Amino acid sequence: MKRSLMARLWPNATALVLFVVFTFPVYWMFATALKPTGDIIADTPVFVPTDITFDHFQKALEADHFWTLVGNSLTVTVLAVVFSLVIGLLASFALARMRFKGRRGFLLTFMIAQMAPWEVMVIAIYMIVRDADLLNSLIPLTAFYMIMVLPFTILTLRGYVAAVPKELEESAMVDGCTRRQAFVKVIFPLLAPGLMATSLFGFITAWNEFPLVLILNKDAEKQTLPLWLSSFETTFGDDWGATMAAASLFAIPILVLFVYLQRKAVSGLTSGAVKG
Amino acid sequence: MSVQTDRTDTGTAAAPGVRKTDVPPPDDTGIRKGKGKGERPAGGRGGASAPYVLLLPALLATVILLGWPLIKNGMLSFQNLNPRQLILHLTEWRGFDNYTDVLSSEDFWKVVQRTVVFTAVNVVLTMVLGTLVGLLLARLGKRMRLVLLLGVVLAWAMPVIAATTVYQWLFAQRFGVVNWLLAKAGWTSMADYNWFGTQLSTFSVITLLIVWQSIPFVAINLYAATTTIPKELYEAASIDGAGTWKSFTSVTFPFIRPFLWATTFLEVIWIFKAFPQIFAMNKGGPDRLTETLPIYAFVEGPGNQHYGMGAAISFLTILILLALTAYYLRTVLKQEEDEL
Repeated sequence: MKRSLMARLWPNATALVLFVVFTFPVYWMFATALKPTGDIIADTPVFVPTDITFDHFQKALEADHFWTLVGNSLTVTVLAVVFSLVIGLLASFALARMRFKGRRGFLLTFMIAQMAPWEVMVIAIYMIVRDADLLNSLIPLTAFYMIMVLPFTILTLRGYVAAVPKELEESAMVDGCTRRQAFVKVIFPLLAPGLMATSLFGFITAWNEFPLVLILNKDAEKQTLPLWLSSFETTFGDDWGATMAAASLFAIPILVLFVYLQRKAVSGLTSGAVKG
Repeated sequence: MSVQTDRTDTGTAAAPGVRKTDVPPPDDTGIRKGKGKGERPAGGRGGASAPYVLLLPALLATVILLGWPLIKNGMLSFQNLNPRQLILHLTEWRGFDNYTDVLSSEDFWKVVQRTVVFTAVNVVLTMVLGTLVGLLLARLGKRMRLVLLLGVVLAWAMPVIAATTVYQWLFAQRFGVVNWLLAKAGWTSMADYNWFGTQLSTFSVITLLIVWQSIPFVAINLYAATTTIPKELYEAASIDGAGTWKSFTSVTFPFIRPFLWATTFLEVIWIFKAFPQIFAMNKGGPDRLTETLPIYAFVEGPGNQHYGMGAAISFLTILILLALTAYYLRTVLKQEEDEL
């Protein structure tokens, strides 16, 4: 009896400890952002903020170019994800549904493309973009973020398309739909969770991207939020309240999106990846 | 993603290999009745060129946006390209000199060694701890599992730069909560410890950050894998008198082995390439001692404006990454051949 109680207690206790370990940094970010400066630089850390202030958030929001950069980040990220979904869906449909010569070659190309070490290719990209006279522009960022998420999109969506029974499409075609209509009316709605999962991960990748924008867009008004955040700290020095508020502002969209879509996205990712 | 994950750039993440095992899709469509009988061949309409037309945009994008930088990178690596040449748009070839310079520099080999050790440590920690968390998730009751999943997902979803900034604050010399905790725990000399003052301590913070953000992907993937194991196998094992350990080694492990393989491979790639975590944490410092290959290529290239040298370093970096993952890639390619 005692042993079975222990056997049940053990995993639960570990899980609780792990929960604290995993969430603490996230909690600490928000907690710090909401504390008055006096509480932040207290000799004994204030673990539960009682005296809540929004001054730090205000400071971060009023920082140079904040809203411009929000706009930049959103534009670049959303466009990159949408383009990669459209292009990726076409490709994944071909790869999942059709037999043709060179199919394996295409598949391998995308698999290898997925490994591309973008982080070390910044010099070449810089030269290309400079020669095209597109430094400090959002166009190259959009294009490269799109290609960063495209292979993932194709491979994952391929799994989802393959999971939709062929018969559905065929029966729609028997009912008089063209192949395209069958796709739009029957298959597309069934792909919603897959599209959601892939776009979530594409969104995160593009939202996070750092080295490329670091070298391509030196112009303060043409940067994106990751750069803003990393330079924020330099500008504000030891103002941890403002820095944590800035970090929160940057993290909130993703955290909300992720937790909101979590169920679908996580199961989507795993099964999508598993199905490949 | 990522995957990241990002992920998780975190997040970026599908697995060219986390496959094989047949998991049903999450959204069970249920409907499976073909209405009529007169089926057309699936590839029918649209003719033989249809698949190529559908693939064309993706292929064009890949060739232009990935192939071109790769080729450009190769060409730059044979050029003498410094601020002067850059501004005047001069192309000066210098043969293999960039490569001989890089390969004969002691610094480069130190960075290579450091990068490999760094990758190994982080991957091993991530895989071991991630697997344990994944197995724990499988054992928990429903409610507790949700709690732990929420925690793990939060860590996963944190954007990398935000997470890096938070870790700087956690480990800040003054008023950092970690130093306070260590001092409270009796290690009083840590009260004012500067974590970013030495190579080892900086790497420790970076490692903690990376492992913390990488565990979720491994854990969730692994947990998902365990849910596909038929219960009967465990029953059979227990009838045969297998204990916990025995049923793990004879049932669970063989099942999750492909996932472990695939995730290890992905983690090797992601951690080897890790850029923002290291760069934003302390710019590769102190004294350039935490520069790994991607940072080194960046600092030598755009940083010190030796673009040709930087390109040579990045080409070598790609080669090293390929060498590290060659074994796994080969097995995947082989599997793929069997499958198609």
